[in-house]
Amino acid sequence: MAIEFTLNGKPVSVDVPSDALLLWVLREDFRLTGTKYGCGRGQCGSCTVHIDGQARFSCRSPMSAIEGKSVTTIEGLSPDGSHPLQKAWISGQVPQCGYCQSGQIMRAAALLQENSSPTHEEIVTHMDPVLCRCGTYNRILRAIESVIEQG
Amino acid sequence: MNRKETRALTAGLPLNRREFLKTTGAGLTFAVVLGPAAFSAAKPSYQESSIGAWVTIDTDGGILILNPAAEMGQGSMTALPVILAEEMDADWNDVRIENSPIEPELYGNASFRMIMLTVGSFTVSGYFDQLRMAGAQIRRVLMDSVAREWNVPRAELHSEPSAIVHSSSNRRITYGEIAAFAESPSELPDISESDLKDPESFRLIGRSVPRRDIPAKTNGTATYAMDIHVPGMVYGMIQRSPVHDGRPASYNKAEIQSLPGVLTTVELDYGIGIVAETIHDVLKARNVLKIDWARGAQADGFNSRDSQAEYAEIPGSGRVEPRSVTHTGDVPRAMRRAAKTYSADYLSDHVYHAQMEPLNSVVSVTDSGVEVWAGSQAPYNVRTSVARVLDVPLENVVMHQCYLGGGFGRRSVSDYVVEAAHLSKAVKKPVKLIWTRPDDLQYGQFRPMNLQRMEAGVDANGTLTAWFHCIVGDGGGLLTSGARIPFYGIPNQNIELCSMSHGVRLKHWRAVGHGFNKYAIEAFLDEIAQDQGIDPLEMRRNLLKDSPRALKVVEAVAEMADWGQKPTNGRAFGMAFAERSHSLAAAVCEISVDSDGQIHVHRFWCTVDGGIIVQPENASAQIEGAIVLGLSSTLLESITLSDGSVDQSNFHDYKLIRMSQVPEINVSFISSKERPSGIGEPGVPVVGGAVANAFLALTKKPLRHMPFTPERVLEVLG
Repeated sequence: MAIEFTLNGKPVSVDVPSDALLLWVLREDFRLTGTKYGCGRGQCGSCTVHIDGQARFSCRSPMSAIEGKSVTTIEGLSPDGSHPLQKAWISGQVPQCGYCQSGQIMRAAALLQENSSPTHEEIVTHMDPVLCRCGTYNRILRAIESVIEQG
Repeated sequence: MNRKETRALTAGLPLNRREFLKTTGAGLTFAVVLGPAAFSAAKPSYQESSIGAWVTIDTDGGILILNPAAEMGQGSMTALPVILAEEMDADWNDVRIENSPIEPELYGNASFRMIMLTVGSFTVSGYFDQLRMAGAQIRRVLMDSVAREWNVPRAELHSEPSAIVHSSSNRRITYGEIAAFAESPSELPDISESDLKDPESFRLIGRSVPRRDIPAKTNGTATYAMDIHVPGMVYGMIQRSPVHDGRPASYNKAEIQSLPGVLTTVELDYGIGIVAETIHDVLKARNVLKIDWARGAQADGFNSRDSQAEYAEIPGSGRVEPRSVTHTGDVPRAMRRAAKTYSADYLSDHVYHAQMEPLNSVVSVTDSGVEVWAGSQAPYNVRTSVARVLDVPLENVVMHQCYLGGGFGRRSVSDYVVEAAHLSKAVKKPVKLIWTRPDDLQYGQFRPMNLQRMEAGVDANGTLTAWFHCIVGDGGGLLTSGARIPFYGIPNQNIELCSMSHGVRLKHWRAVGHGFNKYAIEAFLDEIAQDQGIDPLEMRRNLLKDSPRALKVVEAVAEMADWGQKPTNGRAFGMAFAERSHSLAAAVCEISVDSDGQIHVHRFWCTVDGGIIVQPENASAQIEGAIVLGLSSTLLESITLSDGSVDQSNFHDYKLIRMSQVPEINVSFISSKERPSGIGEPGVPVVGGAVANAFLALTKKPLRHMPFTPERVLEVLG
């Protein structure tokens, strides 16, 4: 069935089963591969996107629930990778293997959209669902805090 | 690369081991490796010319440097070109980096038998001399060309970034301009070590150049094999035996093959593959697949908890013939003469790699050849393995190396590529094979569980005189890595392995056996120190008194952590030392324990002597990451097996450390002019010992079973 929604600001329609998962539709049908598959059960957060502005696990989102919604992926976060968090990730040399970092950035971006000056504890609590096996957590924290400091 | 200019200068390195070996003597002679425009964007031509090409200088000044190593987050795709660019005096802004072809004779690691294998923290250390030499040779060729062109002695020339200068005539020419006329000598010039830069004059090495892979890893454009799309590609998944070496007896073949989009099923020795038109189709079919498994595999009936509990009966029982790891002096005699002897057993569980990108690959098998897209720590092994199973010539297998979403040792075997080759051959289409997370975990290859029997004797002064260490488990060399204690001056040592076989898949895991061996060694030392009333730092000072370089690392971390000002308010410090990949590391951590038995690590300090640190910022990130991974395995991670099958399936029951559990981490390096040694792993082995020793200092109770879960902590605390 054709499912219509907004993807990175543009109206789109895709003909996939209604129980197909947003993660795979993004990756294999739209070829927006910045959103990653990591666990398939909302445990690692590599698949995090924004659905109507909220950080969500795309691996837990069937397409039937996406109809009419607005989805933003890492590719749509900024037109040219210039979101303050993306710049902070580069200047802080955050990523190692990089596989989880789209999820990390999207989750952090959703927080800052809601709250421009979260506390250290609020950041940690908000970011805890996204795993990083390379252990870049402290650099992620510093990068987020540097964006907050710059306002 | 810019193809408007047709002429470029290409230079590189020797072609085979024989020629390489010539370079290891005093006189450094390299084979000829210059030729115009030897590299083209479309198809490299050096295969025919057997020219090893590390560098291409375009006439517009662009400098292409090839990266021979897998980039799995460790940053060597930037660090290696930095080394070469340093000696050739390239302006870093001119440098582009591309992956080298998978040709080990040209691009192999000269310190590692010329193989292309990104493991063991050997990349920067192994390629260091090789790439400095190549860079120096290229610079020499450029200078010789200018000397001839300007008819001046080479001695009057010097280089500046991407340019040669003749000061007395005030002339300057860029590398790009030189590439337009430079002639290829028939042999690359001899370079002696004295021609290389003094480390004092490095302007790239040691200065932290930003990693080139990072921008693409912040905007979703970095390409992992999981992200590959090729025309006509279909999707594959495999249900593998839950018991290693188990075979499928039967499955609902007709039902699966009748499902929408399913192209075929593929019967493998250890599982059933499904190939379908779309990812959605294959995921659905996978859920319908029902396999009956034949019994009879070695691991059938294996229970890891029971086997581990039986390990304690093995040492000295005669049931397993011990294999000596190292032996010096007379341990039994020294034990008899000791004023006091100690004995303790330490256990560690199976651990899973848990790289964030589950295994996957794309393979296209056609009549004319095979193309592979994969992220591999062993890309040449990918080529040879695929060629072997498909029975095609090696030269017909092209491997496209992708970014690795983590490796940690799991991606140095090619099982996940060979499988896709089987599936692609069956459907004659390109197949993207995806392992789900449960596939990746349950068909994992684990760091082996083990028991460490530790015994020691001390004299009347509390000095260690005898050391016995017996490792029990399955895994051979995976178990003995890190068992030696070459820096500790204990005169009588007997270290041995009692090796068994359970038929479970096992593998190298970041820092291999060092993770659990150094934990047992360091924890045992502190238990002895505590009993003897000796401060753990003092204990290590005594043990390292004849190893000044190691002692310096321990002193440095003690100073950084302010060891003399140990916390008292419900917190405690623990210390550990380890050598790994020829680097030396020492750590101090600060912990507390809550009433639920949860260990909280508040601060962690680590000092590393890794020789010359090529990329300090990145090296620091590597140590930080290794500490986090080490903490995760020390506090949380455990794979268990029941009746041969892995009990865990995903991150809800195989927990990894999260941001809220990570301490403040401080890393420092010993300033050094020694050759670089490994950086990726030395942060791991110090963690288990440091945490256990802090716990001992805090509670006076030893932790002897890793991971230190709340249940085990509460049991120890009684």
